[in-house]
Amino acid sequence: MMNIEQLDFYTQAILSMAALVGLTSFLMLGQGRLLRLIFVFALQGFLLTLTTVLAAYSLDSHHLYISAVLTLLLKVIFIPWMLRRQVLKMAMHRDIEALKNNTAVMMGGASLMVFSYYVLHPIVQSSSVVMLNALAVSLSVMLLGMLLMISHRQAIAHVVGFMSIENGLFFAAIVATNGMPMVVELGIAFDVLVAAVLFGIFFLHIRTSIDSLDVDLLNKLNEVDK
Amino acid sequence: MIAVYLVLLIPLVGILYFALSGHREDSGKINVRFNGITLLATIWLAINVLNQGTIISTDKVFLIDPFNVYLIVLTAFVGFTTSIFSSPYMAHEKAIGKLSDGRLKLYHSMFQGFMLAMYLVLTTNNMGIMWVAMEGATLATVLLVSLYRTPESIEAAWKYFILCGVGIAQALFGTILLYYAAVQIGDGENALLWSVLYENADQLNPEILNIAFVFLLIGYGTKIGLVPLHNWLPDAHSEGPTPMSAVLSGLLLNDALYAVVRSKMLVDRATDSNMAGYLMMGFGLLSFLVAAILLHRQKDIKRLFSYSSIEHMGLMTFAFGIGGPLATFAALLHMTVHSLTKSAIFVTVGYAAQLAGTQRIDQIRGLIKTQPKIGWGLLIGTISIAGFPPFGVFTSEFLMLLATMHSYPWLAPLLLLGIGIAFAGLFRHIQPMVYGDKPEGQNPIKANLWPVTIHLALVLWLGLAIPGFLAHWFSQATLFISGSTPL
Repeated sequence: MMNIEQLDFYTQAILSMAALVGLTSFLMLGQGRLLRLIFVFALQGFLLTLTTVLAAYSLDSHHLYISAVLTLLLKVIFIPWMLRRQVLKMAMHRDIEALKNNTAVMMGGASLMVFSYYVLHPIVQSSSVVMLNALAVSLSVMLLGMLLMISHRQAIAHVVGFMSIENGLFFAAIVATNGMPMVVELGIAFDVLVAAVLFGIFFLHIRTSIDSLDVDLLNKLNEVDK
Repeated sequence: MIAVYLVLLIPLVGILYFALSGHREDSGKINVRFNGITLLATIWLAINVLNQGTIISTDKVFLIDPFNVYLIVLTAFVGFTTSIFSSPYMAHEKAIGKLSDGRLKLYHSMFQGFMLAMYLVLTTNNMGIMWVAMEGATLATVLLVSLYRTPESIEAAWKYFILCGVGIAQALFGTILLYYAAVQIGDGENALLWSVLYENADQLNPEILNIAFVFLLIGYGTKIGLVPLHNWLPDAHSEGPTPMSAVLSGLLLNDALYAVVRSKMLVDRATDSNMAGYLMMGFGLLSFLVAAILLHRQKDIKRLFSYSSIEHMGLMTFAFGIGGPLATFAALLHMTVHSLTKSAIFVTVGYAAQLAGTQRIDQIRGLIKTQPKIGWGLLIGTISIAGFPPFGVFTSEFLMLLATMHSYPWLAPLLLLGIGIAFAGLFRHIQPMVYGDKPEGQNPIKANLWPVTIHLALVLWLGLAIPGFLAHWFSQATLFISGSTPL
């Protein structure tokens, strides 16, 4: 085991970023107010942008700057803006969603983090402990995103969870492999953009159909007919 | 190589054409033409591969080998016949006031979008692009599932979107891990190319690849509809317009399985264990059995056949998991006959539902008396999908059973049991629908059953005697996937 002071500056910075990104996931998990949820999501996007710029600068790989700009535009500006507009339009910004079993959800989140470390532990044999940390945080951000979708009922929270899963993936790609090949990264960004637009269209449809964005009301279809 | 570009370019032009030109009376027919031309291009591509063997484009972006080229032709063929069905079907839906011009414009544009995504999944050599295209296929079809804008269809589309989106995110994590393993042995930009990965697979870190495969299987498995990740599938298939159900069942599921098999080929080379195979066998068998049982509890005709799709996809996943030449051959054959039969069934189901004015099984009655063509089409299709000889599904299921008895004899009874349960589940619903008296107030509708006839004839032909060139093709693909030939 190494001490953190012995690592170079870049690695130390990446580790702190991983910690912060993980923290934002937990913040989102316990958040019942939609506007704050969206704000924390934008914050997570901003941390990702910072990580990308950091990686681009210290590894001198220019295509990461493009990824950073894409992340900034999509995750920090466009998607939060779109979600915020929906919340204000629906006048949901004053609602506080009473989260059931908040403590249990938090404990669940913590165990998911431990689980991520457990799953990825074999990687230590072939690479550094830093890499394990980075990948495990990414995986737990993904899993926490899913938990967020399970524990919240508002469609907007589901979208935030969905996009934060994507954030986890992106963090893994940046830290573990210094980004994906450019063409793949552009493709993923395109998919995320289209998905965000589709979500916007869906909000409209769901609202006109059930007059609410509470997805618990979407319960007509069942595995077997009752 | 030009053929590959054509296969991708024609649907792209199609998307733009339909999106920009707006809906016209003959949009359905133009859609048929687009799909027809693509089919010709894929046949040209197939002839090229038959003559020259595997083609890799000079920039290594596209890879066409015996495994994917036959799926490309199958995709184009099913796309073409479905578009023939779709043209009068959608015109009818518009005539009875269920759809507007704008929705039809979206429908045709996204039909081409879906086809483009499917071709891209199959032709690309890059595992990353494969993921992007697979997600693209979801995005293209999600608005088609909710095309009717009923509360049920919106719920189905939302479920489809969220479940498939979250599911396929796992596959992206798997791809990232794959890339992570690949960059450790060099070559950054090319490291995600399947051909490069396959060549260097024995140097890849087996630990990482094992973890990556689990994520890839869960991710793409969501799209295959493997239990317990299958919840979206019956909803999406039953609530969308019927031509969409036909292509989703016939094509999307196949292509997702294709992605899993490609990943398995890499993992098998990198590790000595058969971990990937066991996982696929487990998930496959579970899906097969659960779906067979759930067939009995369905009340909606399209949901009934969606569960049948899950059952068959489970069977194929199981067979690819067994590995070995015989099982692989059977799985490849099953992919073909299942696509052809299932899309034919959805076509007849679409007509039956239009005829009865509902999708509820207990309200569809006396089809043979009302309109014999539709009744017989549904009956023969069901006989075929249930695995009766002499249809092709029987051949492939029989080969799978043989392979199972050879490698894992103790699993063979489960397989037989599942086939029996599924058979009973299908027929208890189908029998009252096709036989019996003509219900009052139902009049025959305009139906074009050519696609059904051609598909079922092909399946029959494949069951009686597989033509030489096709058998050669399957053997080549089998050799490629499993390392030896079955015969």
